[in-house]
Amino acid sequence: MTNSRTQAEIVRQSLKRRYRKERRFRLYGMTAIAVALLSLVVLFTDIIGKGYTGFIKTTMTLEVVLDGEQMYLEDPTDKDQISMADFQAPIIAALQRYFPEAQSRKDVRELSRLSGNYASNQIRDLLQAQPERLGTTQTLEFLVHDTVSVYVKHADNPAYSIRLTEQQQRWVDELVEQGVVTTSFNDVFFSRGDSREPSNAGILGAIVGSLLTMLVTLVIAFPTGVAAAVYLEEFAPQNKLTDFIEVNINNLAAVPSIIFGLLGLAVFIGVFGMPRSVPVLGGLVLALMTLPTIIISSRAAIKSVPPSIREAAEGIGASKMQVVMHHVVPLAMPGMMTGSIIGMAQALGETAPLLLIGMVAFIVEVPEGFFSSATVLPVQIYQWASSAEQGFVELASAGIMILLAFMISMNGLAIWLRKRLERRW
Amino acid sequence: MKLKTALTSVALAGSLAAVSVPAMARDTVNIVGSSTVYPFATVVAERFGRNTDFPTPKLESTGSGGGLKLFCAGIGTQHPDITNASRRMKKSEFEMCQNNGVKDITEVKIGADGIVIANSKDADQMDLSLRQVFLALAKEVPDPKGGDKLIANPYQKWSDIDSSLPNKEISVMGPPPTSGTRDAFVEIAMEGGCKTFDFIKAMDKKEMRSVCHSMREDGLFVEAGENDNLIVQRLAQDKDTLGIFGYSFLMENANQIQATTINGVEPTPDSIADEDYPVARSLFFYIKSAHVSVIPGIKEYAEAFTSESAWGDNGYLVDVGLIPNPRNVRMDVAKKVRNLTPMTGNEL
Repeated sequence: MTNSRTQAEIVRQSLKRRYRKERRFRLYGMTAIAVALLSLVVLFTDIIGKGYTGFIKTTMTLEVVLDGEQMYLEDPTDKDQISMADFQAPIIAALQRYFPEAQSRKDVRELSRLSGNYASNQIRDLLQAQPERLGTTQTLEFLVHDTVSVYVKHADNPAYSIRLTEQQQRWVDELVEQGVVTTSFNDVFFSRGDSREPSNAGILGAIVGSLLTMLVTLVIAFPTGVAAAVYLEEFAPQNKLTDFIEVNINNLAAVPSIIFGLLGLAVFIGVFGMPRSVPVLGGLVLALMTLPTIIISSRAAIKSVPPSIREAAEGIGASKMQVVMHHVVPLAMPGMMTGSIIGMAQALGETAPLLLIGMVAFIVEVPEGFFSSATVLPVQIYQWASSAEQGFVELASAGIMILLAFMISMNGLAIWLRKRLERRW
Repeated sequence: MKLKTALTSVALAGSLAAVSVPAMARDTVNIVGSSTVYPFATVVAERFGRNTDFPTPKLESTGSGGGLKLFCAGIGTQHPDITNASRRMKKSEFEMCQNNGVKDITEVKIGADGIVIANSKDADQMDLSLRQVFLALAKEVPDPKGGDKLIANPYQKWSDIDSSLPNKEISVMGPPPTSGTRDAFVEIAMEGGCKTFDFIKAMDKKEMRSVCHSMREDGLFVEAGENDNLIVQRLAQDKDTLGIFGYSFLMENANQIQATTINGVEPTPDSIADEDYPVARSLFFYIKSAHVSVIPGIKEYAEAFTSESAWGDNGYLVDVGLIPNPRNVRMDVAKKVRNLTPMTGNEL
């Protein structure tokens, strides 16, 4: 009696301590989650705060007189004349109508620098496409120079420095007031490739490059990975060799991604002589990188198919092949796909292996196929983030938002597939 | 069955990649090389793409050495056509090229990159040696008491370094580490001054770099952000401060600031182009002549680069910070580009 009472007492005494311990443990857990959430919030506010202006472009709408005499151009179909014509002149003339006082060489130079570097190309392209417009007056929308864009968008932000002269600032203020210089949604960002000028730079090239690369990765890694998993799980004999292969696949999943880049450089470029910087090459390298992830997750999915299904199929006389192809693989498919999508999302964010195979490059044109030079989203972000021009800061953050959107939708697809197709036994 | 078709498609894709690639022609010029030349080359490439019917060349920033290695690897569309370099090709690299069948190489000297140390025109012009620059700005310097020992930089006044220098506080503003100007300054000026100490020169490369490339962080050297204009304004106000920036800013603000002479040499376009001024380097690119007839646009790109509107005294590359070659050098180089005059190897 006395003995059991003391025991109960001991328990009662320690009870408080044990509850405290549990509360403390829970608190640790909640702190960990809070830290994770907080850093996520900080990251997102920083990126969105910096990046939303990347989706805004600054343009000026001018009424330009396409005066042939002023441009030294008589015949827009003549290539020699086109190459020697001064397409900046109509833009300067149009701006001078707002600021008639700007006549000196220096003033004209400063005025001319308000328009983007490729504004004159716009006039040239228009005249080349429609020679009959020569001599007419056109209302055209030009991108402004980057310094102007920074001034219009970030004049109050101390993180940006204004590189316009005081006179230029006065002019821009005037143009904004008159509604000549306006801001609108940045469609350039979604319709062009890279540029050295932030306002002309777009992310379409990188998006297309990423899609092409991912397509190659998917086509190679998914079937190979699934086939390897099915063979290892269902057909391979249990011996030392299989064990050895298994250990190696697991190790391969932990190999730093840059190693796969070195492999790609040595084998695909060195031995097979593939061209550098093309999506096929990037896709192959990333496929090698994702393969172990896909094999491991596919094997886990196959393992989770209950033995009763196999036994039932075998019981009604199905061959091993039929059991696997008709029952096991279809049932394991959701798990396999989820694993593959996670692996692909990982590959989408990868830059290190691409560095060595030349996909970290300045590529202006949007890639047209699997064999044209391309870069990918994370590389584009890296390049913008490391550029000196101020306008690239916001583009880098905008690019990160696009990349995150892709990641989230891929992970969302994985979750949806799992919810939709998964069966519970 | 799905698996079967998938497998065949893999085999197909694999064989396609392996078989069809070597035969594939390329219509884009591939350029690799120096990260210093990269900002100039990308601007030329983009304009070239927009102003001609040729596709925009593809540029990779691999560093001068990495670029030359790729460039010299051989002839064929998988190898680059042009490589940029912020130094001249070495004899050994030229020989590597020759051994790999890259026989005819045209050297194009595009200009120079110079960094100046300047102060207000109201103050006295200074003259420094690279050694003095290093002693004034490094985080750790050799113990002034002697011996092969490094100590935290003790110098507070210029006269502490050398009694011939003014008795004024050391105060220098410069670009942050993200800037290319900073890279070049650290690599040429700091390392140059640092290597005048024999025991530092004898260190292994990595250790030597960490000693030579660290700027002092005790407030005497101030990082002024990317805005070189701001440095110029501050210099005009505070005449005891020196500023470090690219040569083009000195040119634009010559009414307010003056350059410190280094080893007695004043930075001028001529002294920078001739490399008399020590904190300068010439920039180059190399053309693989064997590719010119195969890949369209190589020669045209080189000609666009060497046109007066690009690399001339008022060209758009000057806006990006290039120091043009003297006009007679430009004429010579442009002629070499037109004729694709190959290097003989003796000039190196």
